[in-house]
Amino acid sequence: MSSKDRILGRIRRALRDDAPAVEIPRDYLHVHGARTPAQRVDLLAAHLAEYRAVVHRTDEEGLPALIARLLAERGARSVLVPPGLPPHWLPAAGPIRVPDRVPDRAASTPYELDRVDSVVTGCALAVAETGTIVLDAGPDQGRRRITLVPDHHICVVRVPDQVVDSIPQALPLLDPTRPLTWISGPSATSDIELDRVEGVHGPRTLEVVLVGTQ
Amino acid sequence: MTGTHLGMPAFPAAAPAFPAAAREAVRDEGLRANLRHATHTIRDKRRRAVAELEDWDRLRAAGRAVKDHTLRHLDRYLLQLEEAVTAAGGTVHWAADADEANRIVTDLVRATGEREVVKVKSMATQEIGLNEALEAAGIAAYETDLAELIVQLGHDRPSHILVPAIHRNRAEIRDIFRAEMGGWGRAAPEPLGDDPRELAEAARLHLREKFLRAKVAVSGANFMVAETGTMVVFESEGNGRMCLTLPETLISVVGIEKVVPTFRDLEIFLQTLPRSSTAERMNPYTTMWTGLGPSRGADGDGPSAFHLVLLDNGRTDTLADEVGRQALRCIRCSACLNVCPVYERAGGHAYGSVYPGPIGAILSPQLRGTGSAIDASLPYASTLCGACYEVCPVAIDIPEVLVHLRERVAQGGPVTRGGVRVTLRPADGHTAERAAMRAARLLLDRPGALRAAERLLARARRLAPRRLPGAGRAWTDSRELPTVPAESFRDWWARERSDPR
Repeated sequence: MSSKDRILGRIRRALRDDAPAVEIPRDYLHVHGARTPAQRVDLLAAHLAEYRAVVHRTDEEGLPALIARLLAERGARSVLVPPGLPPHWLPAAGPIRVPDRVPDRAASTPYELDRVDSVVTGCALAVAETGTIVLDAGPDQGRRRITLVPDHHICVVRVPDQVVDSIPQALPLLDPTRPLTWISGPSATSDIELDRVEGVHGPRTLEVVLVGTQ
Repeated sequence: MTGTHLGMPAFPAAAPAFPAAAREAVRDEGLRANLRHATHTIRDKRRRAVAELEDWDRLRAAGRAVKDHTLRHLDRYLLQLEEAVTAAGGTVHWAADADEANRIVTDLVRATGEREVVKVKSMATQEIGLNEALEAAGIAAYETDLAELIVQLGHDRPSHILVPAIHRNRAEIRDIFRAEMGGWGRAAPEPLGDDPRELAEAARLHLREKFLRAKVAVSGANFMVAETGTMVVFESEGNGRMCLTLPETLISVVGIEKVVPTFRDLEIFLQTLPRSSTAERMNPYTTMWTGLGPSRGADGDGPSAFHLVLLDNGRTDTLADEVGRQALRCIRCSACLNVCPVYERAGGHAYGSVYPGPIGAILSPQLRGTGSAIDASLPYASTLCGACYEVCPVAIDIPEVLVHLRERVAQGGPVTRGGVRVTLRPADGHTAERAAMRAARLLLDRPGALRAAERLLARARRLAPRRLPGAGRAWTDSRELPTVPAESFRDWWARERSDPR
């Protein structure tokens, strides 16, 4: 008998008692509180900041200059770019020195990624109540590893369109067959005396740019 | 590399019974201080995080129901999961016990030709002693979670589900890093202080060289979704993401009870697990993947081979126990450890298992049976105060299961071991308890005799020993004998009530 058959047989024998069927109550809240779109974005910003993400706000027009400034302040010499990132997000030239663009390629080794200073991506959506950004490897987000290995991640969220209130609102909008990465603040650990320290293996700096009408 | 011992020391099969192990730990002032600081910090944070959700009780009830429903139809959901994972390009293996799981993983690693693997923190792989099995096969397994790294470098054992090195303070961790990191790879930077920031940085540098070259990773999973085949790992540091996305081969060893029916069910646990475990609204990183993804790994996003090892190892035996099966609802959040007065004083090692604390006291004796001294003693490692039940996000009635298991240990009875129904004999060493219970029944059934006994005890209180003689000695080995009051409650009551006011 295979182990599969053995395990399934044990399960079926174990469940011979006539315990009643279990109903799953779904009366928990779909959203915690009523918010206007602006309040939803404010809550997202507050929760992101509480877990040490750096939050910026701008409009479409101001976006390239803001990203250029953030990269310059970081001293980034190279920036990873997913294939579908809107070209106008990154300035081609300007008063600030533009870092070298590194394309997101399947052939890149982890060592090559490790030499990149910064990465700029979009996101699939953001969840205000938990301060979470979800990436689904879409064209403007790229492979999972590009937002992991470099130490500086700039993530652009279109507000209020990409912001939902809650986890129950987020799940139906996501495709589980795509690789999903949920990010709430930068990498952190509490393993030493439960003191929270930001920045262990993932990016130490997460900058979130909320782009919308200001 | 030196010939450093790479495995994580497993819990010895002949671990001392809980009272003996706990007595050692309780005397360790440093350990108690570390534990007290950590558990009190996190329990206060957790209370605040939970209070933010006005529907917490409803989420808890829903989480409980999802797990119970899944367990009632576990065969169906496991088959559905296997089908979905296979359709998404993964390979599913079934392991009836620890040896089989270790053999499967060892063979899979050998087939890649690699001699080392990076590991995401996983309770299941600790439970089966995978690191030791790999080491015996000449494969080095590197733990990458900071706390697990501290435990592994310290040739130590984990003492907490979420924070395995909770018993270590920063100075101890610095000493371990300085002494051990060089023997495993990149040495700790010199000088190395004991600031958590510096220590985390040392771990980052040490582990990054392993992440970047690793070809094989081993993980567990927090949840598996039957309908889609989606695997879910919650973490904070990014070591999980490194292991789950950079290597070419990913092997996940997961207990069969971790399956949930639908993707939607995650909306419950995404809200309850982080708040219960790290006391945060959300943990920094959660990774969800389904087989090899839509392009079957061809685009280089994630591993090009995915293996899922479904682990029984005593879970079906636990399922066969109508009272005890609720332990399989556990989502390993560790909230019950942080509120437990016994855990706070005894520490995690005293439980003789990778599952310490209240959940360990009901899980280990069910997964392993109560044949050993440690497993027979675990149902007694509790004051039955009920705090563990109060905080449990899936409402496991731990006190109920503890009492049920105590009865089984003391009285014997029918149990399922290895899928076979057997009758358990009363355990050795519990004759004193049985005798005491018979004596108590004798007295409690006879009010006159009880009154006489109480008066006699009050009068003789100065003579009362600190430890009981004879059959009672085992009881006082692990307990301070309570001080006898100057007068019995009955006498006090009679005096107070007759006092005319």
